[in-house]
Amino acid sequence: MTDMFTKAAWIIPLLPLAAFLLLTAAGRSFRSLGPIAGSAASLASFALALLVLLERLQDGAVDYNNSFDWISIGSYTLGIGFEVTNLTTLMLVVVSFVSLLINVYSAGYMKNDERINVYYGYVSLFVFAMLGLVLSDNLLALYIFWELVGVCSFLLIGFWYTKPAARAAAKKAFIVTRIGDAGLLLGIILLFWYMPDHALDFTMIESVFEGGTGAIAAGITTVIALLIFLGAAGKSGQFPLHVWLPDAMEGPTPISALIHAATMVAAGVFLIARTFDIFQASPAAMDTVAYIGGFTALFAATIALAQHDIKRILAYSTVSQLGYMMMALGLGSLTGGVFHLMTHAFFKALLFLGAGCVIHAAHTQDIRKMGGLGSRMKLTAWTFAAGALALSGIPPLAGFWSKDAILAAALEANPLLFAAGLAAAFCTALYMTRLFVLVFLGEPRFELAAASKVREMPPAMTMPLLTLAVMTVVSGFAETPWNGWLSGWLGDEAETHAGWAAMLASVAASLLGLYAGWAVYRKGALQGGAAVKERVPGLVALLERQYYIDELYAAVAVKPVRAVGTALSAIDRYAVGGLVKLAGAGAGWAGRLLTRLQNGQAQGYGLAAVIGLIVLLLAMLGRRFLT
Amino acid sequence: MLPSYLTMAAILFCIGLYGALAKRNAVIVLLSLELMLNAVNLNLVAFSKYGAVPSLTGHIFSIFTITVAAAEAAVAVAVLIALFRARGTAQTDEFNQLRG
Repeated sequence: MTDMFTKAAWIIPLLPLAAFLLLTAAGRSFRSLGPIAGSAASLASFALALLVLLERLQDGAVDYNNSFDWISIGSYTLGIGFEVTNLTTLMLVVVSFVSLLINVYSAGYMKNDERINVYYGYVSLFVFAMLGLVLSDNLLALYIFWELVGVCSFLLIGFWYTKPAARAAAKKAFIVTRIGDAGLLLGIILLFWYMPDHALDFTMIESVFEGGTGAIAAGITTVIALLIFLGAAGKSGQFPLHVWLPDAMEGPTPISALIHAATMVAAGVFLIARTFDIFQASPAAMDTVAYIGGFTALFAATIALAQHDIKRILAYSTVSQLGYMMMALGLGSLTGGVFHLMTHAFFKALLFLGAGCVIHAAHTQDIRKMGGLGSRMKLTAWTFAAGALALSGIPPLAGFWSKDAILAAALEANPLLFAAGLAAAFCTALYMTRLFVLVFLGEPRFELAAASKVREMPPAMTMPLLTLAVMTVVSGFAETPWNGWLSGWLGDEAETHAGWAAMLASVAASLLGLYAGWAVYRKGALQGGAAVKERVPGLVALLERQYYIDELYAAVAVKPVRAVGTALSAIDRYAVGGLVKLAGAGAGWAGRLLTRLQNGQAQGYGLAAVIGLIVLLLAMLGRRFLT
Repeated sequence: MLPSYLTMAAILFCIGLYGALAKRNAVIVLLSLELMLNAVNLNLVAFSKYGAVPSLTGHIFSIFTITVAAAEAAVAVAVLIALFRARGTAQTDEFNQLRG
């Protein structure tokens, strides 16, 4: 067996970085360079990642780690390098594949944007950061890339910075994830403090925590795991730090797909999967992760029921699906979490890119103003339907298998979480049906003049949809109840294979959701959405306003901080600034006073000199006589 | 003898100083400056003749002073004439262009 490509894995993240540097150098000239450089770099990355994957599929592939000393302080050295394991290889392939398709898609979507090179530069940097994060062999290097991911998301969410909403969303995303990042940093510092030899690389972490040998006290382990989870919750949009994710929809739609499928939110789940041994050593932390995940899954799914913005619905659906992944990890099912991460990457990217086509065609994001797009955009509609069905968990699409793996783990461990998962699955099917019916079926609800102009999108935008649709169909077969390839490959012996009970229950919940959505929004059993609103106005308002979480944060956190900020800025402006101004003004007054003395009369100066001389002489004489 | 000369020189110097500082006419101010210079010359010569270590240096020094004073007077009068042509006056209190 050979490991030529594995050894060269460090090149994978550097290719997008090269594209970023090239595009930054090009600036606003060479407008056609952006799509070419960005797509070529991610294509090369994907090809290399695929070669690494093929190499590792051979028997007897061992983890490969290569690092060099980065910092040496006394006897302590910190290395930095890359590590290729089965988990990182899988992530490399998924991330580079999705980003390749998004690069291609953006060529059509952003065609008329003036700053297309800047856009592609940011996207390349984003992909570089994510691939670097995946390949990092120690926590500190991972943290650096983690922050880089955060910066890139800030840049891209605020890409259309002339829109005030985009600026606000970018700031919100940055600040909210920063809360999580602070937790992660504290976790890393604690880990550094308590680890034998202060080692931070994943191999050491694994060997220290594996099997709960107790090298680190249980309480400390729990604290470390919870702090790391705080970081992951910030990035992966778990309650209560989920608020930035729906607002992040202000960015260009391909960016939403990139953030939601491949890069940003996957980082949190990946982090937990990478440091899974720490979590396994602490049952309390595992429970926290599972309950927060389960709660988020249901909570976000109910919000998605009442949203009107197509991208917001998808965003809350992402939050909900991430909740599933967290729940799976918390229940000890590494395979379930990673598997759902992978399948979700495919179908959520598909859904977002489809939504991008819809928005491009209908020039609105409000699903109440769409309708009837299916007949004019057949390809988009069919691929979107595939994604929606996969998300809803209908067999044999990918989402079914991965969701089933999670629900099976939940059924075995915790009936409460299983119930939450089922309820969320029902809501998921319901809101996806609502979305699909309102957007693609029925009569157009926007102006007829615009409706006749709706066309299918160019191939640059539809080809990625088709590719992702294929992946949405086939990727689920990586792990089925009778074929545990993925769990075997990830070395997850604890994986249990789905029982028929979980499978039947999840399909039943999904079909019920589909039927309910179809009945309400297509057949008009309750005369459409308006009737629902009339019957339970309070509930709909609660869901529409997203449980008033934003308002709550504004009242509890934002306003007090603003007040403190205003007070401090007043102190700065009036107390500190006042002193500075006083010093300046005092010097000015003294100067004006002293200019009076210089009256231009040379004889006056002479007289002053003589008086001075006399005073001096008197002083000398006085000293002689007095002493 | 020395105190008489020194007293004489001091009186001359004080008169010159008074004139230089108090007179408003620039020509008088120049004359007063000459008076002060000559008071100094008188001091130099008196010391070179009656001082503790009489020598010729004081004489030579005073000759230098007279020479330089002559040159200075020439320049000063030239400046004064130029000023008078420009401003139409020789009153020193009119020349206050450099006031702050």
